Amino acid sequence: MIGVRNITKTYGEGATAFQALKNVSFDIQDGESVAIMGPSGSGKSTLMHILGCLDTPTSGTYILDGKDVSTLSDDELAKIRSEKIGFVFQMFNLLKRTTVLRNVMLPLVYDMNIGAEEREVRAQGALEAAGLSREFETHLSNELSGGQIQRVAIARALVNDPTMILADEPTGNLDTKSGETVLATFQKLNRDGRTIILITHERGIAEHAGRIISLRDGEIVEDSKTHTPRKIPHAHA
Amino acid sequence: MRTLDLIQETATALRANRVRSSLTILGIVIGISSVIALVSIGQGAASSVQSSIESLGSNLLQVTPGAQRGPGGFGVSAGRGGARTLTQDDADAIAKNVQNIVGVASEVSGRYQIVAKGTNTNTTVDGVSAGYPDIRNLQIADGSFFNDSQNASLAKVAVLGPTAAGDLFGTNDDGTPVGGIVGQTIRIKGLEFRIIGVTAPKGGTGFFSQDDIIYVPVMSAQRFLSGNQYLTSIDIQAADSVVMTQIQSDVTDLLLARHHIGDPTAADFSVINQADILASASSVTGTLTILLGAIAGISLLVGGIGIMNMMLTTVTERTKEIGLRKAIGAKKADIRAQFLAEAVALTAIGGIVGIALGAAISYGVNLSGLVKTTVSFSAITLAFGVSAGTGIVFGYYPARRAANLNPIDALRYE
Repeated sequence: MIGVRNITKTYGEGATAFQALKNVSFDIQDGESVAIMGPSGSGKSTLMHILGCLDTPTSGTYILDGKDVSTLSDDELAKIRSEKIGFVFQMFNLLKRTTVLRNVMLPLVYDMNIGAEEREVRAQGALEAAGLSREFETHLSNELSGGQIQRVAIARALVNDPTMILADEPTGNLDTKSGETVLATFQKLNRDGRTIILITHERGIAEHAGRIISLRDGEIVEDSKTHTPRKIPHAHA
Repeated sequence: MRTLDLIQETATALRANRVRSSLTILGIVIGISSVIALVSIGQGAASSVQSSIESLGSNLLQVTPGAQRGPGGFGVSAGRGGARTLTQDDADAIAKNVQNIVGVASEVSGRYQIVAKGTNTNTTVDGVSAGYPDIRNLQIADGSFFNDSQNASLAKVAVLGPTAAGDLFGTNDDGTPVGGIVGQTIRIKGLEFRIIGVTAPKGGTGFFSQDDIIYVPVMSAQRFLSGNQYLTSIDIQAADSVVMTQIQSDVTDLLLARHHIGDPTAADFSVINQADILASASSVTGTLTILLGAIAGISLLVGGIGIMNMMLTTVTERTKEIGLRKAIGAKKADIRAQFLAEAVALTAIGGIVGIALGAAISYGVNLSGLVKTTVSFSAITLAFGVSAGTGIVFGYYPARRAANLNPIDALRYE
């Protein structure tokens, strides 16, 4: 469960100081699917960095699973990311010339508690959950299509069994059809009980989530439930 | 991050840039192999000089005729050793009057053309007294050395060094002189000498060879070869190394008195202590080794800078990957370890190949016969330690730079 309380993020100092986030507060329950929406410059990237524990707020508190993570050091944040957060990026960011399976296992490499055998089992499970068939395991990441690559990235985000999956414009580099496949994958994961946070600037994408938080100039301008999340017409996840 | 993962990641990363990795490794290979090869050559030269000097005999002092100068000190120097001031009487006087002496041997040395059964060679003919083999550690391989009575009776007998014997009578496949030489005759300066022995090899290479020599009785040499009563050197063996300095000054005093010279600086002879020769030779070869090592060290430094250059390029190229790794949970130490491991792997591979190449060069030099080189274990461990150290030192800065990258900036990096 996520609790954001009065978060402010200021870049720079004095006259050139710029407030990217102004006194933002909201809660996200486990199992929700939330879209954080806003045009560029609205502060949605800054919010994503804070939610993803890549950055800390200037003031305010961020409670993740009952723990205040707003004042942690770099290495402590790295540990939180390793345990509680799965990232999906617009640019996919898979390791080149590396097999699909090794790409998916990568987050587990940084968790000393997980042995080599368990890694493989969990990576295979994650690939299955992301809707990619096992035959792709041994493919190199650069041999796949865009939609397949993004599903490998989703599997990588799932593999550490995170509290939430944070997807930053996950369809931004995909054609419509691949994009819909990826969105359908997220909806399926959400039905399985995963918390999904989707960052996007397109309302059409945001409407696939159960709740939309809209940002403008660093402030929340809308926080509404979409009663009927848009269905993917011919989804084949 | 586990060690196994680290090795796997490193191997993948180095394979991804094969050409660049190979060239960087080559820099280290050149550095390490030149350290190994040059240091082994330096050490080889040092031990060759040392063993040559030591094989002259132990606790040895040598009196040689000094530079003779005309009155006023402005005369022409006849050159050390070229002067004629030492006689057999001087040698006898030393043996009789100086304490703590084990033996004295006189020597008349010259180069002559030697003829034997149609072959001929030009070599050193050393007229020596019968006590010479004991003082100079000379072993007889075949036959015998001449005795005092053969010397006194001006016998025309000769003992051949193995190289001279081989040159005159031929060698076996392994380079040793053929058998059956004893009893044959050679002609020195047209006079026939009967061969009564062949000495065992003493070693020494190039200019230091002590095997290309023919020994004849000193009095025979004076009568038939040099034609005068002078000696080219007197060898004195001291009882032990402690008394050498005392003997050196006693001999100097005695000879000054015998030659009626009041001023020691005007002495017409010089007394050289073997330990002094050894010390000055070691200091020269030691300096040589340091010089060679320093030159090789510079190339190793350049190789190390190559590592740093490659690692900095790699970190820049892989900024996005670093950002991703940090985003999915890599700590600073994980990133630092990964890039440090790559740098150390480059130098370790370079080190191993460099040691092999350096040993091969050293072996090649050995085969060429110029210097007898040995690759010491200490040189290998040092070189390997230096190469691993180079990796850590030159890899640390790029690795730290990678570790300190901000994940947000790194992910955005294009």
